[in-house]
Amino acid sequence: MIGTGISVKSTTARRRHPLARVAVVALALGLLGGGYALAAPNGSTADAAIASGKADDTAQGKSLFVAHCASCHGMNAEGTDKAPTLIGVGAAAVDFQVSSGRMPMGDAGPQALRKPRPEWATDEAISQLAAYVQSLGGGPTIPTADQVDPAQGDPAKGGELFRANCIQCHNFTGSGGALTYGKHAPTLNPATPTEIYEAMITGPQAMPVFNDTTISPEQKRDMIAYITHVRKQVDPGGSGLMRIGPVTEGLVAWIAGIGLLSLAAIWITAKRRRVKA
Amino acid sequence: MNAPPKAIAGTSTFLDERLGAGSFLKRNLRKIFPDHWSFLLGEIALYSFIILLLTGTFLTFWFKPGMGHTTYLGSYAPLYGVQMSEAYASTLHITFDVRGGLLIRQMHHWAALLFVAGMMVHMLRVFFTGAYRKPRELNWLIGVLLLSLALVEGLTGYSLPDDLLSGAGLRITQGVALSIPIVGTYISFFLFGGEYPGHDVISRFYSLHILLIPGILLALISAHMILMWVQKHTQMPGKGRTESNVVGAPFYPAFMAKAGAFFLFTFGVIALLGTFAQINPVWLYGPYTPADISAGSQPDFYMGFLEGSLRLMPAWEFNLFGYTFAMSVLIPALVPLGIVMTGLALYPFLEQWVTGDRREHHVCDRPRNNPHRTAIGMAGITFYGVLWLLGANDEISSTFHISLYTTTILGRIAIFVGPAIAYFVAYRICIGLQRKDAEVLSHGVESGVIKRMPNGQYIEVHTPPAEDIAAHIRGKKEIPIIEGGVDGEEVPPKGLRSGVGRLRAKMSKAYGTDHVPFHEEEVEEHAAVGAGEHKQLH
Ligand code: HEC
Ligand code: HEC
Ligand code: HEM
Repeated sequence: MIGTGISVKSTTARRRHPLARVAVVALALGLLGGGYALAAPNGSTADAAIASGKADDTAQGKSLFVAHCASCHGMNAEGTDKAPTLIGVGAAAVDFQVSSGRMPMGDAGPQALRKPRPEWATDEAISQLAAYVQSLGGGPTIPTADQVDPAQGDPAKGGELFRANCIQCHNFTGSGGALTYGKHAPTLNPATPTEIYEAMITGPQAMPVFNDTTISPEQKRDMIAYITHVRKQVDPGGSGLMRIGPVTEGLVAWIAGIGLLSLAAIWITAKRRRVKA
Repeated sequence: MNAPPKAIAGTSTFLDERLGAGSFLKRNLRKIFPDHWSFLLGEIALYSFIILLLTGTFLTFWFKPGMGHTTYLGSYAPLYGVQMSEAYASTLHITFDVRGGLLIRQMHHWAALLFVAGMMVHMLRVFFTGAYRKPRELNWLIGVLLLSLALVEGLTGYSLPDDLLSGAGLRITQGVALSIPIVGTYISFFLFGGEYPGHDVISRFYSLHILLIPGILLALISAHMILMWVQKHTQMPGKGRTESNVVGAPFYPAFMAKAGAFFLFTFGVIALLGTFAQINPVWLYGPYTPADISAGSQPDFYMGFLEGSLRLMPAWEFNLFGYTFAMSVLIPALVPLGIVMTGLALYPFLEQWVTGDRREHHVCDRPRNNPHRTAIGMAGITFYGVLWLLGANDEISSTFHISLYTTTILGRIAIFVGPAIAYFVAYRICIGLQRKDAEVLSHGVESGVIKRMPNGQYIEVHTPPAEDIAAHIRGKKEIPIIEGGVDGEEVPPKGLRSGVGRLRAKMSKAYGTDHVPFHEEEVEEHAAVGAGEHKQLH
């Protein structure tokens, strides 16, 4: 590439070279594929939890709770000085917190982070836990598969709502941003449609609650359609540079742009000296 | 060679007789250009500007600088049916529905970044080598003007697509206008043609961006090149290079070939970036509405230092005579810009005042040989760099999981301490490098040959440095000190008796004193003895 001016020129002339497409697609898939692969199984978690609701689910849930959660949240989820009460938080909160790996909480930090789920936290176990907490004092329930189906939403409408309500914390592209006191709003890329919905109705930690009077269920589905559409979209302009805008662009301009051109300048001027000497 | 065909000979005689082109070309094609890689940095900016003109003209074919509302019905689905301005809709149209539009938009934007970055590195080269000294002060001032105008050109261009990100920048611009005491509100109303955001600002910026500022830029760039041509390029110190000659290759063909190749390189890099690296994806940002604002809203890099100073500033404001003086906006918007730009513009004259040096200079300084200048430059870079970094403090905070307040507080300390440390470190490094040079001249360079002495001791043979290296090192010039300075026994001259005068004399002494003078006699001696015989112990 950095051979001669001529070869650079012919490269640009062939800029629609099929390899360029492939490289771009591969990169974008690499970035987004991982997160999106998680989406499917959890959609059905929601179904299971709603459909079943059997009595022995609640009992099973209670014993799971005692084993994994009670040390912080108290034997009857009444809360301790380590963690808040879970009475009234609803099945949606439990499903969100446990399926995203936030609970059981790991090391103390400014906020509970998404992490891989523990072994025992299967979809079934989560729905049993959710049923148990739901039985304690009600609260928001897990949305149905229909409610979170991106295919039924209107991404354009959802985009407007997303920009109006979410980007001040999560960034235009859902790539996250800093909050005060060492907290941050995470990237939305790994969240499943169900988790996005649940995040809105339960308002985890520093995030506000967006209940159904603020944003109707249909509007939430539109937003899910927008978020999932944009994050899986292949960046048409090449590498997305982390999709955080001018900061990475500036770095690339200096490191790649000025860097390459300085090398070129050194190369052009050094060449002559060798010939002459 | 035989005579040229009549068609060519006839035409060239015709032109020659009317334009005097022949002798003009003869004189100028042989113009000598010195060779050093850093002399090509300015050309990055020059060629980027040419690419900006070309790609920008392409964009004007489809861009509609209007703020009237339309409904987007183009091919980008996540915005289909959304209300937006004509400017934003036409940018989407260029991006998704004009063949090659996205590539050209991206090249335009990358070229804009390289234009400014190229100017910056070029300017640093000129600064650190002292190439701004007499007789080139005017060209330096033109350069400072070009840089300032490029920032305005970038700001206006960046606002044109009327997306949510650039809107945030526009809002800050309006905030700065508003914060100007007393007349702020009027300026804002004048700029936006009424209440913010109004209906005029995009079309006004458009006229500035594609007509007025490029016109001035073009004129200034031409003046810059002509002055450079007439005054001749500076050269690095070296063998046979003096204040009254230029050693290098003639413009035609050698330099022209190089310049041509470098244009292709610049074009190539911009085209590569435009193809493989996405820039300003306005479709992801959405149309501008004053109510929405995103996390991670940053301006282009060249505005970053202003953003950073805004983020650093504590919230100070006071009321006087019924007006609010919003110092928290006014100070960060004007003070760092003022320090950087005024400092740059005045530096050649300040240096002249301090050193009393009115001579012409055509041979560059190596940065180490003027340690105070280099240290001041590094302090300036650090000042700018801290502000720049702080402009991205939210990205730093969320990427490295540092609390946002911590970054702000660290920044507030660093903005004062950082430049001082940089000054000190750069100064020490310069002196260290000068010592190394002095050592090379007096002791020679390590030859890699190990010798065993009769008494069994091993030593490494030192040889005198190669001629061109020695000449390069010997190019160090003393920096003049104004006469009758502080420590003189006699009464100082009139001009230096006042407080300012004494300060000037002190600064002159500090600036000019050579802490590492060379001992040339010694070198001659060693060179004469010859490497093999005379063993230098190290
Ligand atoms: C190490 C202690 C700890 C363990 C173990 C733990 N939690 Fe938590 N949990 C917390 C803390 C602390 C919070 C509050 C976090 C905050 O607000 O920043 C919390 C919050 C929650 C919330 C959100 C409450 C709300 O108001 O929305 C839910 C739901 C939850 N936990 C469920 C669980 C479940 C289910 C388990 C067991 C699988 C569990 N937690 C295990 C410490 C713990
Ligand atoms: C005030 C800032 C704020 C706003 C506004 C906000 N969020 Fe959040 N959001 C957060 C924070 C903080 C978290 C992380 C919570 C935690 O620590 O568990 C979060 C977490 C999330 C998650 C979970 C991400 C993951 O890693 O699984 C989703 C999904 C989400 N938000 C969606 C939204 C949507 C959709 C909106 C707009 C309706 C929105 N948020 C608005 C601050 C915000
Ligand atoms: C000389 C320095 C110049 C700089 C620094 C500059 C910078 C910019 C920038 C940063 C943008 C935003 C582009 C985007 O991402 O969409 C822009 C847009 C634009 N510029 Fe320039 N530009 C320059 C010269 C020109 C010239 C000479 C023209 C035309 C003759 C021009 C025409 C345009 C147009 C039409 C847009 C519209 C936005 C779009 O459709 O993307 N620019 N410019």
